[in-house]
Amino acid sequence: MTVTEDYIDASGGDWDEVIEKAQATSAERLVVNMGPQHPSTHGVLRLVLTLDGETCTEARVGIGYLHTGIEKNMEFRTWTQGTTFVTRMDYLTPLFNEAAYCLAVEKLLGITDRIPERADVIRVMMMELNRMASHFVAMATFGMELGATTIMTNGFREREMILDIFELVTGLRMNHAYIRPGGVAQDLPPGAVGKIQELLKEMPERIKIMRKLLDENPIYLARTRDIAHLNLPGCMALGVTGPLLRASGLAWDLRKAKPYCGYENYEFDVPVSDGGDVYARYRVRMAELEESLKIVEQCLDKLRPGPVMIEDAKIGWPAKLALGPDGMGNSPDHIAHIMSSSMEALIHHFKLVTEGFRVPAGQAYAAVESAKGELGCYAVSDGGTRPHRVHFRDPSFTHLQAVAAMCEGGTVADVIAAVASIDPVMGGVDR
Amino acid sequence: MSTDNERERNEEAARLPDQLGRERLAAPVRRTGMFGTSTTGDTSGFGRLRVRGSAPVSAERPYTDPDDPRTADFDRVADDLEAALGENAGAVERVEVARGEITFHVRRESLPRLARLLRDEPSLRYELCLGVTGVHFPEDTDRELHAVYHFRSITHNSEIRVSTTCPDSDPHIPSIVSVYPTNDWHEREAWDFFGIVFDGHPALTRIQMPDDWQGHPQRKDYPLGGIPVEYRGATVPPPDERRAYK
Repeated sequence: MTVTEDYIDASGGDWDEVIEKAQATSAERLVVNMGPQHPSTHGVLRLVLTLDGETCTEARVGIGYLHTGIEKNMEFRTWTQGTTFVTRMDYLTPLFNEAAYCLAVEKLLGITDRIPERADVIRVMMMELNRMASHFVAMATFGMELGATTIMTNGFREREMILDIFELVTGLRMNHAYIRPGGVAQDLPPGAVGKIQELLKEMPERIKIMRKLLDENPIYLARTRDIAHLNLPGCMALGVTGPLLRASGLAWDLRKAKPYCGYENYEFDVPVSDGGDVYARYRVRMAELEESLKIVEQCLDKLRPGPVMIEDAKIGWPAKLALGPDGMGNSPDHIAHIMSSSMEALIHHFKLVTEGFRVPAGQAYAAVESAKGELGCYAVSDGGTRPHRVHFRDPSFTHLQAVAAMCEGGTVADVIAAVASIDPVMGGVDR
Repeated sequence: MSTDNERERNEEAARLPDQLGRERLAAPVRRTGMFGTSTTGDTSGFGRLRVRGSAPVSAERPYTDPDDPRTADFDRVADDLEAALGENAGAVERVEVARGEITFHVRRESLPRLARLLRDEPSLRYELCLGVTGVHFPEDTDRELHAVYHFRSITHNSEIRVSTTCPDSDPHIPSIVSVYPTNDWHEREAWDFFGIVFDGHPALTRIQMPDDWQGHPQRKDYPLGGIPVEYRGATVPPPDERRAYK
């Protein structure tokens, strides 16, 4: 803690001491640390705020507290094992991470057109469910940070419905590693379609309740309207995409502009709002929930029986799993096939699992419209069984740069609203 | 006339298997043996196999492949970029078209000028820069560090990649933060992980690693780290020391 004529730097100090020293000096400005351990900074985000009374005159962001070296670790595992790492980056949008990674690997392999249709439909369905789950958390944590716990409990309750579906389909509530290069890890289990139909029936009502609670809520409006404004040129300069960009009035969505996984076959709108403030971002997310429901409904209509993994014995991992006494594993049919009827199948299985597949040398960039914005994966192969380099352009990482533009000149309380409206997840920011 | 004949003869000679074979043998070795093992003997019978790298490919016009819709606007983009660069067209060393993506390999000193053109030229209008990332190729002598940029045009719905390099001995690349402010953190990350110094960056400090960290972790000469794990009497080595197929 340092005290000068000009400012009091309270980082790392004791509050009693700060107050005592503040009273003794004529300095008007106070520098405080918000985070990295603070319930309303979305994980381990550190904000260094310079305060002049209630006004925040400078906001600086410190990140890196959750850096886990995922990109480096991936260089020491096979291409398929990579999905297990990327799913842990932005832990609220695991399926988007996997999809971006797998699309990049598939581009490198040149098999983009050979992904089975059923796998694409399942991918789209899972991604849209994931978008809803992520938006629910965004709104829930936002409500909590403003002091409205009902929004928090409601948001997490709705998300739980989606997590139940994820658990049924992938076996896990998060960190799924479900989307794999060539398709998905396994087909939908019996009962999954029924459970999704249940969600489709129940969810519109739940969204309506959320809207009733927030859309016209005077307290909510006071805390969100004209707060943390970011206009379109600001978004462009700072590389802001996703709901934040659409809340500034530009209907830009990669699902429409550069369709992947067959998004061109679905009917949905791109919600836009032109407020450019926290409330506009809320409106866009809310409308996106409804659009996602539409897409999930169309996915169920499009589901046709068929394979869910590419029919290429040198790339496609066995995707017919079954539940055994010791947990999920290869189905007895597959084991019988490789152990007693096909020598080639055994060789392929062995090579795939121990060595992995080789990916032709080169580079590829694949981007998906994640719940937070453009999530890009840049993959470089040197022709081996492991990536030479994989880099993720995480939307949260890019968007956090906008904190200064959104917060400076506003009040301290609005800093919380601004950061929450960006919806950053530090797992993705730091990777 | 005779010079034309001579050139034709030379071109023909360059295509001869003998000449191609000699060129191939001069290329650097990328991998030896079948599985690239170094710890134990290679029992595959391919222990003396040498896999050589290939020379960088340079695409020829036309860049647009009528059978591949992803490449539809590549010729237009290349023409517009060439026109915008004018007499500085030499800034682009080579163009690579692969997998429906176009990459412009540019000289590092021309990068800020090129970035400005990409953003401001009405025919190009790449409003969004998707950041920069480093890639380390230790065997690419004098071009070890690559910096790769992706640009997206919302006006023309187009996407390009720009790649530039710098040697390990002089790891400097001009910053383009003044043109694309979004690159601020991306350049800091590339500095942090690869040690590429972006000249002109307003505050080039570490971003992911602690401020007093030694070394740049994503470089290939930086070890992954990890300790051997003992389990029921057997020891599992850390991931980067395990026997693996490369």
